[in-house]
Amino acid sequence: MADAQLPVAILGSGNIGTDLIFKVRRNSHLDLRLVAGIDPASEGLAKARELGFETSSDGIDGILKRSDIRLVFDATSARAHLHHAPLLKEAGIVAIDLTPAKVGPSVVPCVNMSPEFSVPNVNMISCAAQATIPIVHAISRVVPISYAEIVATVSSLSAGPGTRQNIDEFTRTTTKALIDLGGARQAKAIVVLNPAEPPIIMRNAIYVVPDGDFDETDVRQSIAAMVADLQAYVPGYRLTVEPFMNGDHFVVAIEVVGAGDFLPTYSGNLDIINAAAVAVAERFALSLFPMKMWATPQANESTALS
Amino acid sequence: MARIKFVDVTLRDGNHTVKHQFSPELVRDTAAALDAAGVPIIEVGHGDGLGGSCIHAGRSAASDQEWISAAIGAVKRAKIGVLVAPGMATISDLERARELGVTVARVACHATEADATEQHVRRARDMGLFTVGYLISVGMTSADRLAEEAKKLESYGAQYINLAESQGHLVPTDVAQRVAAVRRAVNIPIGFHPHNNLGLAIGNILAAIDEGATFIDGSLKGFGGGAGNAQTEVAVAALKRAGHEVDVDLFGIFDAADVFAKAVAPHPMPAIDNDSILMGYANVYGGYVLPIKHAAKKYGCSPRELVLRLGERRVVAMQEDVVIEEAQKLARDSAQQAA
Repeated sequence: MADAQLPVAILGSGNIGTDLIFKVRRNSHLDLRLVAGIDPASEGLAKARELGFETSSDGIDGILKRSDIRLVFDATSARAHLHHAPLLKEAGIVAIDLTPAKVGPSVVPCVNMSPEFSVPNVNMISCAAQATIPIVHAISRVVPISYAEIVATVSSLSAGPGTRQNIDEFTRTTTKALIDLGGARQAKAIVVLNPAEPPIIMRNAIYVVPDGDFDETDVRQSIAAMVADLQAYVPGYRLTVEPFMNGDHFVVAIEVVGAGDFLPTYSGNLDIINAAAVAVAERFALSLFPMKMWATPQANESTALS
Repeated sequence: MARIKFVDVTLRDGNHTVKHQFSPELVRDTAAALDAAGVPIIEVGHGDGLGGSCIHAGRSAASDQEWISAAIGAVKRAKIGVLVAPGMATISDLERARELGVTVARVACHATEADATEQHVRRARDMGLFTVGYLISVGMTSADRLAEEAKKLESYGAQYINLAESQGHLVPTDVAQRVAAVRRAVNIPIGFHPHNNLGLAIGNILAAIDEGATFIDGSLKGFGGGAGNAQTEVAVAALKRAGHEVDVDLFGIFDAADVFAKAVAPHPMPAIDNDSILMGYANVYGGYVLPIKHAAKKYGCSPRELVLRLGERRVVAMQEDVVIEEAQKLARDSAQQAA
C-alpha cells in the first residue's frame, strides 16, 4: 500500500544534506525528487546519484525551475538561507531551515509541533536545542522553571567550520529557545568542544531550577514520557544521568548516538537535527493528506505527539 | 637576562579554590595591593572566566560586573583583564566588560581547538583590547600540534600566546619542548601558566623562560585550580634570583600576599595532597579537584580510582557532569565487586 507521498528536495550537499538523503529515503511519507548543491564535484551529490536520486548543481535554481517540489530542507548556510527563503516562499514551497538564519518560527517536534501546518518556513534552531529543550519542557509541564542551563559537548571532529565560526550565535539562539520553547524564565547555553580520541558521542548536561512545589516522581515520569516521544524519531537518544535533584536544581544528562547513515555515529548532534527536520516534514505531509491520518494507527499516534 | 611581564591570576584562577566565592571587597583590596607592587596585568573573574557563573561550573558569589568594577576602582596603573572562553562567555559579555574598563582579553580554548576562538579574538581586537590567545591543557597534546594552533591564533590577531599547563602534568623538559616549538612557529611573544600538582610550577617557569617565554602567570599564595598555580611571590623572588628582570617589587608582592591571605582567611593555601599529585600524574584537569572529592564522598567511591578513570576518559574542562557520571559508575562497579 503506497502512502500518498510529499515531493521534497534537499538543498545543500554537505554533511547534513547528505545524511538527510538517507533519512528522507527511509520515510514513507516523503518522496525525495532532487538533491541540489552548488558544487558539481561534491561528495554529497555523488552519493545522491549513487543512491539513484536526481541531482542538480544549480543550487536553488535547480529546485525553482521545477514545478513538483512542495518542501525543501535547506542545509546550506545562514547567509544562503536568507537568500533562499523569500524565493521559496514566493514559489509556494515550504522551507525547513537547518541553518541559524531563523527566518521562521522555531520548532522542536515533540514540544511545539501542531497538527496544522500553516507557516511557509520553520527553523530547527540547533542540535543542542533539539536535544535539550524537550527535557526542559518536560519539567516545565510539571513545575514552573526559574532557570535552565544546558552544556552541549560535541566531539571536535563533528564540529565543522560552520559551528566554530558561529559559537556566539549558537549560544544566543539556543538560550532564547530554552526560554521561549523550554519554558524557563532565564537560561544559559554553553558549548564545549571535546578533542578526545575516539570521538565522543554528543552529550548534553541539563540543569533546571524549579520554582514551586512538585513531586519528583511526576518530573521523572514526565521526562521518561518525553524521552520515549523523542526516541520515536531519534532512536539513538538516551539518558546517561537519570534525573535527580541536587540541592536546588535537577540534573539530567543525555547522549545521542547517531544512526551512522552518512556521518559517523558519534555525530549525534547532526543526526538529531536531521531527524527532527524529517519529523517536521512528515507532519506537514500528513497534514496535507488527512484521509491517511485516520487510515493507519501509526498516523494517529504521530498526531498525538503534540 | 630576560624581561618578564607578570600576569597575576589570583582573582580569576584563585576563584577555583574558593568555589568562585571571592567578595568584591577582597578583589578590591587584593587588586590595590598587586597594583602597588607593580604587577602590570591583573586577571579577574570566575575561575572559568567571563560569564562563567553557572550551575555546571559553580555559581559566583558576585557578578562579573561587581568583581570587575571593584578591581578597576582599586588600581592606578595595572591593566585589568578577563579570560574569555567562547561557548561560555559571549561577545556581548566582553563588550560590557570593556565598558567597565577592562583592557585585556585572554581568549581561551582547549589546546587543539584554536579555530573556535577566531570570532572572539577578532572582535576583541576590533574593540581595541590587548588580545591574547590562551591555550588550555597544553600537556594534553604534542608540541607540534601546539605550534600549529598557536599559528592560527596569531593569524586571527592574538598579541601573545599563553600556554596554560592546566593539569600540572609536565616536567621542565616537556615544557621546554613545547615553548620551543611555539617559538619557532610564531613571531609574537609567548606566555606560560603552570600548575603545581607535581611541585614543578616554579621550575617549569624557569624552563619556559629559558626557551623564550616572556609573560608568566602566577597567583598569590598559589590559589588556583588543583594543587594551585605558581605562587606569585615565590615566582617573583625566584625570577629575580635567576637574574631575570621583573617589574614587580619584592617587598610589595609580599605585602600583597599578606593582604590576600588575611582577606581569604581562614581558607588555607592549596596543598599538594595525594589527590592533586594523582591528578597531575594522571593528566586530569585541575579545576576538578573539588568536584572529584564531593562526588567520591556523595556516591561512595574511591577518589583515587575516580581520578584514574577520568584520566582514561581524557576529560577536558567544563565536564563536571562526567565526574558525576563516572563516580556513579565507579560506585556501582565497586558495589558489584564487593557483592
